[in-house]
Amino acid sequence: MFWDFEWTFQIMPDLLSGLWATVQITVIAYLMALALGLAIAIVRRVPIIGSLLHFVMEFIRTTPLIIQLVFVFLLAPSTVSGMTVGILVLGVHYSSYTAEVYRSGIEGVSKGQWEAARALSLPTTRTWGAIVLPQAIRKVIPALGNYLIAMFKDTPLLFAIGVAELLTEAQRVGSADFRIVEAFTVVGFLFLLVSIPSAIVIRRLEKRYAAV
Amino acid sequence: MPPSDTPENTTTPGVEGDADGPLIVFDQVVKRFGDLTVLDHLDFSVAPGERVTLIGPSGSGKTTILRLLMTLEKVTEGHIWIQGEPFSHMRRGSALVPANEGHLRRRRKRIGMVFQQFNLFPNMTVRKNIMEAPVHVLGVGKDEAAQRAEELLELVGLGDKIDAHPTQLSGGQQQRVAIARALAMRPEILLLDEVTSALDPELVAGVLDVLREVAETTDITMLCVTHEMGFARDVSHRVLMFDQGRIAEEGPPEQIFGDPREERTKSFLKSVLDNGY
Repeated sequence: MFWDFEWTFQIMPDLLSGLWATVQITVIAYLMALALGLAIAIVRRVPIIGSLLHFVMEFIRTTPLIIQLVFVFLLAPSTVSGMTVGILVLGVHYSSYTAEVYRSGIEGVSKGQWEAARALSLPTTRTWGAIVLPQAIRKVIPALGNYLIAMFKDTPLLFAIGVAELLTEAQRVGSADFRIVEAFTVVGFLFLLVSIPSAIVIRRLEKRYAAV
Repeated sequence: MPPSDTPENTTTPGVEGDADGPLIVFDQVVKRFGDLTVLDHLDFSVAPGERVTLIGPSGSGKTTILRLLMTLEKVTEGHIWIQGEPFSHMRRGSALVPANEGHLRRRRKRIGMVFQQFNLFPNMTVRKNIMEAPVHVLGVGKDEAAQRAEELLELVGLGDKIDAHPTQLSGGQQQRVAIARALAMRPEILLLDEVTSALDPELVAGVLDVLREVAETTDITMLCVTHEMGFARDVSHRVLMFDQGRIAEEGPPEQIFGDPREERTKSFLKSVLDNGY
């Protein structure tokens, strides 16, 4: 028989644990990309250091993620797990995208807002924290959300450094029983299972924040 | 006593730490943007409590004067003094050097500005807009700042809008909130930059009434760039007519509007009247 349902059910626990790892990796790396990207977007406005940082981020953004993963994994001491390398590299890689998103949001805050803050003598931290960033981030929430899904879809690349995420698990159980088609089809469905609800949530956010 | 032997000081007699002297002194101020000279060796002073209106064709440098005082721009040459102390510059030994950010921050606290485009913070309620600077700059307690916000909103006739967001208000209402926000800092100097130019005609009067009230009930020194000649006539002690970065004519409003002497003033006033202001 081409498709063996019984076998498919048998491998589910392994695949679900792979999915769980994928979700965990995505969430942690995404939070990292959110925080790091914001820091980068702010520091990029500092002369000299900002230009340097821009160059580095441009480099990260224009080289393939899988090469970065393998490169860092091979260079990292053997005590550092593939999981840690995967999260760090994903987080840094995506921070190069989120930094650009934040930057566009920050530049979208009108000059008048900065001038009003200055006319009121507000301290720099307050100008950023209470006025510029709340307005900037609100505008880019949908764009940031899209990167969450993009990142989720990029986690199978961690397969290359042996992290037990969804694709790795599927490959393992599938090749053991020579049933790769079933295993990979289920992987596809499991990805859809997470991506579609996420996309719906993001679409809602988009509507909500675009309205203001 | 500040040093009087520096070349910078020699052209400004009477500005040095003199309590009865002028509040604001522009001393040979030049402002250039690239090749464009906006202010050309400008000298003028403003007395404490004086209300001065700046008029003139667009591009004549009026707004730049306000922006220099608000430290939104830096002087290219010359010096600005406030209360006899250097403002655009600071003392280093016996010399004056361009002011750093810390100096500007300390010295501009008692200067407030109302902008043509209101520039309220859209992510905060009206109440928060007004409380923000007193709480985070002057260190006023939250309760006191909230109380003051209520009083100021009553003053500008918007007591019922305290919990509204700026986007829910009309332009005229936003501008009145912006006035309240500037007043919350208890400014000694209030800069008004074409505050009614962005408003629909029917909303202008409400804003001007609030400013008339402020002028009558306080002794805040006001510098006002406006095309509202009636308002200028009513509230200002003195009118400065600008042309090409220089003062073309100055005098009390009755004289400038009733009996202008300079040809440029006459033609400017005529063009403003012809445009229906």
